[in-house]
Amino acid sequence: MKRLLSTFALAGAMGLCAFGAQAATKLEQVKSKGFVQCGVSQGLPGFSNPNDKGEWSGLDVEFCRAVAAAIFGDPSKVKFTPLSAKDRFTALQSGDIDILSRNTTWTITRDTSLGLNFTGVTYYDGQGFMIRKDKKVNSALELSGASVCTQTGTTTEQNLADYFRANNMTYEVIAFATNDEVVKAYDAGRCDVLTTDRSGLAGERLKLTNPDDHIVLPEIISKEPLGPVVAHGDDQWFDIVKWVLFAQLNAEELGVNSKNVDEQLKSAVNPEIKRLLGTEGKYGEGMGIGNDWGYLIIKNVGNYAEIYDRTVGPDTPLKLARGLNALWNKGGIQYAPPIR
Amino acid sequence: MTDLAGPVGGHAKSSFINDPKVRSIGLQLIALIVVIFLGWSFTENARDNLAAQKIATGFGFLDNTAGFGINQTLIPYSETSTYGRAFVVGLLNTLLVAVVGILLATIIGFLVGIGRLSKNFVVRTLSTVYVEVLRNLPPLFQILFWYLAVLSAMPGPRNSISLFGEVFISNRGIIIPRPLFGDGAGIVVWAIGLAILMAILFRHWAASRQEETGRYLPVLWINLGLIIGLPLLALIATGFPISFEVPELKGFNFVGGVQVIPEFVALTVALATYTAAFIAENVRSGIQSVSHGQTEAAHSLGLRHAQTLRLVIIPQAMRVIIPPLTSQYLNLTKNSSLAVGIGYPDLVAVFAGTALNQSGQAIEIIAITMGVYLVLSIITATIMNVYNKRVALVER
Repeated sequence: MKRLLSTFALAGAMGLCAFGAQAATKLEQVKSKGFVQCGVSQGLPGFSNPNDKGEWSGLDVEFCRAVAAAIFGDPSKVKFTPLSAKDRFTALQSGDIDILSRNTTWTITRDTSLGLNFTGVTYYDGQGFMIRKDKKVNSALELSGASVCTQTGTTTEQNLADYFRANNMTYEVIAFATNDEVVKAYDAGRCDVLTTDRSGLAGERLKLTNPDDHIVLPEIISKEPLGPVVAHGDDQWFDIVKWVLFAQLNAEELGVNSKNVDEQLKSAVNPEIKRLLGTEGKYGEGMGIGNDWGYLIIKNVGNYAEIYDRTVGPDTPLKLARGLNALWNKGGIQYAPPIR
Repeated sequence: MTDLAGPVGGHAKSSFINDPKVRSIGLQLIALIVVIFLGWSFTENARDNLAAQKIATGFGFLDNTAGFGINQTLIPYSETSTYGRAFVVGLLNTLLVAVVGILLATIIGFLVGIGRLSKNFVVRTLSTVYVEVLRNLPPLFQILFWYLAVLSAMPGPRNSISLFGEVFISNRGIIIPRPLFGDGAGIVVWAIGLAILMAILFRHWAASRQEETGRYLPVLWINLGLIIGLPLLALIATGFPISFEVPELKGFNFVGGVQVIPEFVALTVALATYTAAFIAENVRSGIQSVSHGQTEAAHSLGLRHAQTLRLVIIPQAMRVIIPPLTSQYLNLTKNSSLAVGIGYPDLVAVFAGTALNQSGQAIEIIAITMGVYLVLSIITATIMNVYNKRVALVER
């Protein structure tokens, strides 16, 4: 239903408005309504998941809070729209949401033919398989003939087809609209294997009746760079969203975090830190936001490491090691352009 | 109006504009032009704006490779097939649920509807409970019940319930042997066709004979014998050219045979039983609309109870039953789009779901999908209207 509504909204927006002529910029729109509308998942632990009070938490959620902090100085000025995998792009195209931060894989089709721009990678992931221990399977290459549950409208669905075809194996795919349905069907034994991004497997395993009865197979069958997405047509907004992530990564690299940021603001001598926190140079101006944008992000939400550790890191139920997501100088591939 | 000589009030030569016929046609023409113009400008504008945002448009994507799998295909389909073919697969899956669902719903609905009027207390009460429970629960909830509740009670494929070692029931669905047609199987198919043709001709002949002589033949039994006997004879004559491939457990799943997936079973059963509750009420109201005098008249003519029902009551009740029955058929077809809730690969799940998401062409795909449901509904309604005309009261 939501998809149908967004499609009508998209058709309406595209059919009735003369494009770009009188429209206010995205930043002006966001400022005048007073909050950032952020598209998230319908519930994926560690990335975007509501608790019993309806408060959202997770890596993707924190990213939207950081954008709100950079613009308003207040991380709570975000409203979340839960979206299924297949509804997410339409919601962004039609302008229902300002940012899509929903563990979305960056691919060429999505970047070039859907009218969208990927702003960076918040989490480097790869697709994996989860299976019951009692099936006694140790490798994904032993999965020929298996029934596989997955979520429709994801890169997962295509990778699955490619992987089995490339290895000359047969399979039966059962594709559901939402994550919860996938997990329920897998738990009920409808399929032998559940497949999605490995970070997702870690989260979804927690929803199973007996999480310890299931293992994640070692194979990683795809590259899944997950990141926030904005719509085409507003470069200023694209810049803001892109640099919020870079600021968080640079802050980690420079050792600035939410606890020491006030002290750093007063006493830092390193010009890189001064530029990040806005005490030197006017880097917010170019994006149409305050020059203290970097300070506001770090103060209110934290740097990348802080967010990672409290949402998906080793001390959370997901227990995901930094791996590829460590900084470039610590064995990972997270790397941000400099603020200068 | 214009034929009237000497209009009142001295407007002898009434202006062209004042002619009500011309005026109404003119106004409708203007309205039509405005609607067409609005539609055209809407489309043009949408196309320009989509192009400005570099969102792909047009129907060319239908020829692109789909690259995803579908677990129930009535026609050959693989990951290398096109979106166009995925569309046909989804459409056929929707039609399968609609056709099987409508047949089942009609049978259950008529039985329960007649049961509601039964003199037997148990039958009547059971029928009432059926109607009141099933029509008052939301259909999506019923689909989920049939899917998740029944599915989790089923054993895995390795412990599946086996019927005669040929049919296997598990949480992977119902696996039945696949018929393999050998040489001479064509003759058997011809025999079936011939038997059906002969049965129809025989029925006509028997009916006209009864008109003339009043003698009654047991048409049903003779025809049944024809339709079963003739193909059987052909089978024996050609030396049983049809063999069966029995499913076999290999690895995770059964190999061979035909798999009826649990999503299909759950969806069809849920929709059929849900819609049947409404049909039952239509049938009951239809039968009750025929006055009791008709029954008494039929009895006094010497018709037995079953004959009265079949020849007198039901034909008259049909006039009341058919129009709402059409709505129920349309509802069932449209409700089949709830398939997406349990992962049955119907048109909405495959085409307006996966294909939409991968190609990103929301406007085109939603337009096609809505068009398909519209056409399906119009076809169903047309067939039912033709039938309705045949059973409607002919006024003399």
